[in-house]
Amino acid sequence: MNFSNEQLERYSRHIILKEVGAKGQGKILNSKVLIVGTGGLGAPAAMYLAAAGVGTIGLVDYDKVDLSNLQRQIIHRTKDIGKDKVISGKETINEMNPDVNVITYHEWISSKNIIDIINDEDYDFIIDGTDNFPAKFLINDACVLIKKPFSHAGIIRFEGQTMTYVPGKGPCYRCVFQDPPPKDAVPTCRQAGVLGVMGGIIGTIQATEALKYILGVGELLTGYLLTFDALKMEFRKIKISRRKSCQVCGVHPSIKELIDYIGPQCDLKEDYK
Amino acid sequence: MNIKVNGNDQKIDREYTVRELLDVLNVKMKEYVTVQLNDEILSRDDFDKIIVKDGDTVEFLYYMGGGSR
Ligand SMILES: [Zn+2]
Repeated sequence: MNFSNEQLERYSRHIILKEVGAKGQGKILNSKVLIVGTGGLGAPAAMYLAAAGVGTIGLVDYDKVDLSNLQRQIIHRTKDIGKDKVISGKETINEMNPDVNVITYHEWISSKNIIDIINDEDYDFIIDGTDNFPAKFLINDACVLIKKPFSHAGIIRFEGQTMTYVPGKGPCYRCVFQDPPPKDAVPTCRQAGVLGVMGGIIGTIQATEALKYILGVGELLTGYLLTFDALKMEFRKIKISRRKSCQVCGVHPSIKELIDYIGPQCDLKEDYK
Repeated sequence: MNIKVNGNDQKIDREYTVRELLDVLNVKMKEYVTVQLNDEILSRDDFDKIIVKDGDTVEFLYYMGGGSR
């Protein structure tokens, strides 16, 4: 890969790392990462991946920027209120780093479109930055079925969790959490609140996992659930195993097609966007 | 007897089924918590059958959904 002088300087702190080097930076520039949700988790993940020079970043979101987002979704600015989040995100990334090609998907994910979106650019790695369980299970099942690595994460109040799925290498999200909880059984950030920095801490870990996967260095959070409690300032890396009875990656998987966990009777506008 | 719960030592007076232990330890969101016993994630249907014994390691893992909005 031939770097311009500007690129050599922009990425010099990467290139000097023996684990990255010019070769690794070339891998980053040629890589493609899909970020589902440009909110609390997706915003910081997208910004660090853009700064790192990930060549293609896909942003998926149907939402518009709301004033209440700005306490944590740092890719969006006050001037962006009312704008589609994917457009606002793309503009911020373009200002940060002209090397990045941003592809926007202005839609909510469903069983109908998720695989097409992932295959659109044959993304190397997927970041789940969504805020609801139907989407989290959908991303998991799609990635298991079409063998794509992804990073799961969730945040609420002062807590966060994240794990990395790599096909054939460890448990999937469903191995651990089996099925989505009933609607409203588990509070959302909107109902329970979240300290703005939680997305920064956990979303940046997701970006770190994506970069390590692309570079092929270090050990991923594959086979581990990392939990973070900001009040105790405590991280725990919990070893987790594959569940033989997992409905999607187990010995006799029952899920062969994607499931939309929301019926039309549910209030799409409110909790299950 | 002693068990390990989410990384901390915990004394309990006797053996319990997983279902009983959820009550004894007053585990939050017990209808929805995932239980891992000694590196094996348990099926919810087995909570009444499986006994937690001295020296066991238990992890309660919670759904965490937020992120976007
Ligand atoms: Zn699984």
